[in-house]
Parts: sequence; C-alpha cells; structure tokens
Amino acid sequence: MTQQLKLRPVPAGGSLIRRLSADRPARPVYVALALLVVLGWLVFALDGGAFLSQENIVGIQQRSAALGIVAVGQTLVILAGSLDLSVAYLISLTSLVTAEIMAGSDTGVPVAVAAALAVSALTGLVNGLIVTRLRVHAFIATLGVALVIRGALDARYDGPAGSVPESFQHLGYDRIGPLPVSALLWAAVAAGAWLLLSRTRLGYRIYAVGGDTEVARLSGVRTERVVVAAHVLCSVCAGIAGLLLASRLGAGAPTVGTDGGYDLESIAAVVLGGTALAGGRGGVAGTVGGVLLLAVLDSIFNQLEVNSFAKDVVRGVILVAALAIYARRRRTR
Amino acid sequence: MLRMTGIGKSFLGVRVLGGVDLEVSAGEVHAVVGENGAGKSTLMKILAGVHAPDEGTIEIDGRSVTFGHPVEAQRAGVAIIYQELTLLPERTVAENVFLGREPVRRGMVDRAAMESATGELLKSLGEESFGPRDLVRRLSVARQQVVEIAKALSLNARIVVMDEPTAPLADHEVELLYTLVRRLTARGIAVLYVSHRLREIFDLADRITVLKDGARVTTAEASSLDTAALVRLMVGRELDSYYPPRAAGPPGEVILSVRGGGNTRLHGIDLDLRAGEIVGVAGLQGSGRTELAKALFGAEPFTTGEMTPRRPRSVREGIAAGIGLVTEDRKAEGILPNQRVRDNALLVARATGAPRNGIERLLERVRLSPPRPAQEIRLLSGGNQQKVVLAKWMSVAPRVLLFDEPTRGVDVGAKAAIHDLMRELARDGMAVLMISSELPELIGMSDRIVVLREGRVAGELPAGSSEEAVMRLAAAS
Repeated sequence: MTQQLKLRPVPAGGSLIRRLSADRPARPVYVALALLVVLGWLVFALDGGAFLSQENIVGIQQRSAALGIVAVGQTLVILAGSLDLSVAYLISLTSLVTAEIMAGSDTGVPVAVAAALAVSALTGLVNGLIVTRLRVHAFIATLGVALVIRGALDARYDGPAGSVPESFQHLGYDRIGPLPVSALLWAAVAAGAWLLLSRTRLGYRIYAVGGDTEVARLSGVRTERVVVAAHVLCSVCAGIAGLLLASRLGAGAPTVGTDGGYDLESIAAVVLGGTALAGGRGGVAGTVGGVLLLAVLDSIFNQLEVNSFAKDVVRGVILVAALAIYARRRRTR
Repeated sequence: MLRMTGIGKSFLGVRVLGGVDLEVSAGEVHAVVGENGAGKSTLMKILAGVHAPDEGTIEIDGRSVTFGHPVEAQRAGVAIIYQELTLLPERTVAENVFLGREPVRRGMVDRAAMESATGELLKSLGEESFGPRDLVRRLSVARQQVVEIAKALSLNARIVVMDEPTAPLADHEVELLYTLVRRLTARGIAVLYVSHRLREIFDLADRITVLKDGARVTTAEASSLDTAALVRLMVGRELDSYYPPRAAGPPGEVILSVRGGGNTRLHGIDLDLRAGEIVGVAGLQGSGRTELAKALFGAEPFTTGEMTPRRPRSVREGIAAGIGLVTEDRKAEGILPNQRVRDNALLVARATGAPRNGIERLLERVRLSPPRPAQEIRLLSGGNQQKVVLAKWMSVAPRVLLFDEPTRGVDVGAKAAIHDLMRELARDGMAVLMISSELPELIGMSDRIVVLREGRVAGELPAGSSEEAVMRLAAAS
C-alpha cells in the first residue's frame, strides 16, 4: 500500500498541458474520437469522398455548435449534481422571442438578444429555485418547467414565426477564414465554462456540491446558491443556442429545440465525455469531445446514407458501451 | 482554553447527556472514553456545532460561544475529524483543504497560492508522500486523515477533535497518527481524542474524561490510572433489567461450524453454533462483528476456511443452508419501509419460493400488536418493525439465526419481547448468534460470549462474565 502510494513529485508551476491531462475522465472520449476520425477517413476514402475536406469539417463544426453550447451548460448542472430537461423547449422559446422582437429589422437585434438571454436566465432561476427551495428532484422539476413552456408555445404558435434580419444571419452562416462564426461562439462558451470551472470559486463549489453536498455545506459553501447559479448558466447556454438557431432558420420555431433533441442529446454528450451523472466529476473538455464524437458519427452516417433508425441504434449502443467502459475504469482504479 | 459546563442534550425526549463538564488546556491530549452510548459522540458534536445543547455553556479562552452551525465552530477554532472523512474524493488535496475558502486573485482562484500553502501545511505535518495536487481518492485512509488535519490547521484550529481516528487504520498507520497528534500538541493545539482503544489512550492522553450513561464519571490524569481502573470507571453498572432464563440443559448438536474462516476483514475464525444455544459476539467498533455475521450468512462470504454447512458464497446459498440474518441497520437493510407488513414479512418466503405459512400465524408468533398485515411498515414503532423482520425469517424456519444489534432503536417493552422470542427460538432448537454493543444485554442473554478483536477471535467467555472481562478482552491493552 505504502509503496504504491509513492506519488509523483509535484512540479513547480502549473502548465496548461498538465491541467488538461489531469482532467482524466475526458481521455477515453478523445481516444474514441481519434479512432472514429480514422474510421471516417477510411469510409470516405472508400466511398470516394474526402473526410478531412474543409467542407466536411466545417459541416461537422456547424452541426455541432448548437448542441455543443447546450451541452456545455448541461455539463455545469450535471457537475453540480442536478440535471436540466427543459433546454429543448427553452431553445424553441428563445428562438421565437428573438425572431418576434427582431421582426426583420436591424434595430431590434440588441433588444432581442437581451430579451432572449433574460428569458433564459429567468427560466434557469425558476429551475434552480424549484430544485433547491421546493426540493423537487431536478428530473421532475425541469420536466415540469419543460411542459409549462411547451404548453405556452403550443397555445400561441403552430409554426415558425417572426423573422430575423439578414445582419443577424451572419451568426449562423458566416465564416472567419475556415472557421464558422457559430463554431467560434461554441468555442468561446466552452472556454468560458472551462475557465469558470477551473479558475473561479463558483466552479470549485460546483464540483464540491455535486461531489458531496453535505461535505460542501460543512465547509461553509452555500450549496443552494451554487445549484441555482449552475441552472441559470445552463439555461443561458440554451438561450444562446436558441439565438444561433433563430439566426440559421431566419425565424423562430416552436419545434426547433425538440426536433434537435437537445435535451437528451446534450445529456448524452456530457456523459459520453466522462462526466458523472451523479455530479462532482468530469468537465467541459470531455463534453466537447462527446459532442464532436456524435457529430463525426453523424457525418459518417450521412456519407454512408444510413437510415435514421439504424443511426439511433448505433448511437444507443455507443452510449451504453461508453458508460460501461467508464464504470469499469472506475472499478479498476 | 476550552471549558464546557453543565452540557445537557435530549433527543426525542431521551436524555443522552446531562450536566457534563469538560475542560481542556492548550497543548493537551484529552481523551474522552466511555462505552457505546455513553454520550461521547454527542458531546463532541455539540462542541463542533452539529448539535445545539439543550443546556450548559461553552467557553473558549474565557469567552462564551454558541454555535448554530458547524462553520461557526470552525471559525471559533474548533475542528472535528470524523470517522467518516469529509473530503471530496474527486478533488485534489489543495482543493479539499481550501474548500469554501479558496484564495482569489483578480477574480480567479489563485491555484499557485493555494497549492503552495497546502504544500507548506503538509510539510509542517511531516508529510512528504503526497502533494497538494494529488487526488484525494488515490490516498489511503491514513493519508486522507492527514488532509483533514491540514484542513483543520488551515482554518487555524486550536482545538482538534478526533472521533475514533484509528478505527479505519492498519496497525502500522497508527504510529503515524501518534506522530501527527504529537506535532499538533507541540504547536499548542488541544486534541480531544475519542476512542475505545485503551492502549492508544494510555499512549497518548495527558488527561482522561470518562463518560457513562450521559454523565461525566471523572476526569483524571492519565498517569494516575491503569487499564483495570479505567475499565472499572467505564462500566461498573448493575444489571438493571430482566432477561429471560438461560437454557436449562446442555446445548444440542453443532448446527454450524467454521474453521479458519477468513476474508479481507476476518482472519482465522473458529466458531461453533449449537442448537438451543445463544452465542453472544462482543467487540469494539471495527472489530469485525458485523462482518462475521455477513460472512456466515453469505452476504460478504468467507473466502478461506472450512464451514459446515457448506460455506455460502451468496445470500441465496446462505438462506438455502438455513441461515438468517437480522441486520444491524434496520431501515437500510431490514425492511422495505413503504411496503406493507405482509409484504415485508413474506419477503424471504416469496424470494426463495418456500411454502408460506399463514401471515396471521406468523405475526401472532412474533407477538406483533396490533397485527395489521395491511399497514405500511414505516408507520410502525422500531420494536414492531423488528418483530416483522423476525417474522420474515421465521417464515422460512431457518436453523441458524444471526442477530446484529437486534434491539437498537427499540423501546423497552419491545426489547423484552424480542429477548423472549430469541430465547424461545433457541429453546425450539435453533442456533442463535447475537451481536450487541450493549454489554448488559450481551451478558444477560448469552450462553457464552465470543469476543472479536481486529477481525480475529480474541477469546471466549462463559455465561455471566463481567463487563470488565469482556471489555478487557475486546480492548486488550
């Protein structure tokens, strides 16, 4: 026992690489991603296409961006030991808020963006307060909020509504060099969340509360505030995704969130990235890997023209296999 | 430095502490000893702000303090190190030490400052085998304790409470803890040391406070006492309740026998259980009592040794071999709280496909009153719940029944009923094994007492042995 526990000496000064490699849970997802990229390259080569073509890479990035942003938010709540099932409907809601307020005019853009973010922050606040104050399990609390939003949407809309001006559509379609603006937005959100988790008190406390609420409480952490803050941030991420999708569609749509399956898919991406569903372990790096993994998989499926039922079967198998592998790794270490 | 005066506390109308005084000086190791249930843990939790006392005052450095929350006690310089460590396994040592108080520079957590401060603390504790960036999960329990102590020091704790700190430690790790305790006292920190293990107490303590039944017996210089005197102070109580008469004749045939039984927690266990006999099992916390019952039952099986009937490798095999276990933690392991009495009582019979005796007869047999099979079991008193657990086993008529703390959380009346039932079962030819940390109960009920220590059988005592004899064997100083 004592021999094994002779641990490596602590080097002076922290390097970024060390920090990233210390984020161990993320490693398998990148290994899997690398394998999948090789597989994709082979498939495309045999099929007469180029997997690593700029067009395809941009496509992957673009498809990933909205899911990626939502999944980053989902990572925060899951790390805090909670969960958010309301993101899909919230995305639909914010896309409509955005498009209706803009109503095709450039002057409405700032107000619309602010309103969409405010609506999502408010939703997050409600989610967080229901979970902490009313002590309703996050699963039910956010499902309930999701149903409330759905009801409100169904009552008012039966199809796309509002419209966004051309200036706002740059967000969804433009590129800076080879990089789509939407991918940069995703990268910025992910970097922000990474910084939050690894460098701020709130981030530390998210890990603490998700790891063991009682330990956090006994160390003087105001655990309820942390959970509420995580929910607000998660919903704001969903709001940003809603803005992005409104920009792509040119309008708001009551089904844009649910059609994308952003609720369950974001949770799938988070756990694929090695974040524990129970909270307290994992991080944004893994989630980004999880999202990319799903996107690469999609692009391979598209190239092979696999039908959507088979796609779902394969994705389901991969998800379960990934969790089994994580569970095994934890047992053996 | 610390003065607690006239501390009293009741839980649900049961007085667990009354008029307890405790004084501790800087740089002292002050041991708090007493039997299970003497009130040690409650007293320490009051000091740490976990419980509020009903009466009495706490002074630190002559100033009166009241703690509404553990964090307030921390700020006043009291740190408590529980048996169950309060660390986050997935975070690093430094992150744990500074949890809730991370140093911040320009809005960002100052990792460098945090890690170097943690490194300093570890160095001052003489700990070089791990560093501030190691994950707590990868450290042994002994090293996790060091992390807890480093955390206490970073809070400028001046009073450190250690609750049974050696219980989870291996022998060679105990020495490290001693060194650590001495380093703390050398800095003028007062250490309150709660332990059952008399040898440690005499090794470490300057003064000893003895609690019994929620009251202070005495506080004495450790040098003025020896083991025998201390044990006398801790126990020395009259048998105050009634126990059913022991079996008249000699016990019957051997029903269950183990030779050299062992697994990760138990070593070289030899044990015979005979028909008609109640065998008591005594031992300190962590001595392997519950593990023994679980091994015999097949829940955490023996991996070595011989056993008749065949060594069960699973609970199903245990039950098939005619062995039943009434578990220690009734809520978590004994009952399904939201289900009805009937479903609880028939659980084992249904699971094993044994023929079901009539539920009414079964409940009558265990004297459940009122016998309402349709009631949810969570609505019953602890005593009645335990009777249903008994019924659960009687429905499959086991030949060996193991009881782990059968009367914990049970009122006096139900306790006597359970004792009577146990004796009745033995008289009908069952072999009964009973684990209890309540020595009067153990002595009052058992036909002989097997004492465990550190996973081994330390010895066996005849019926009617004294509490002192049991304690001496269990603590073995």
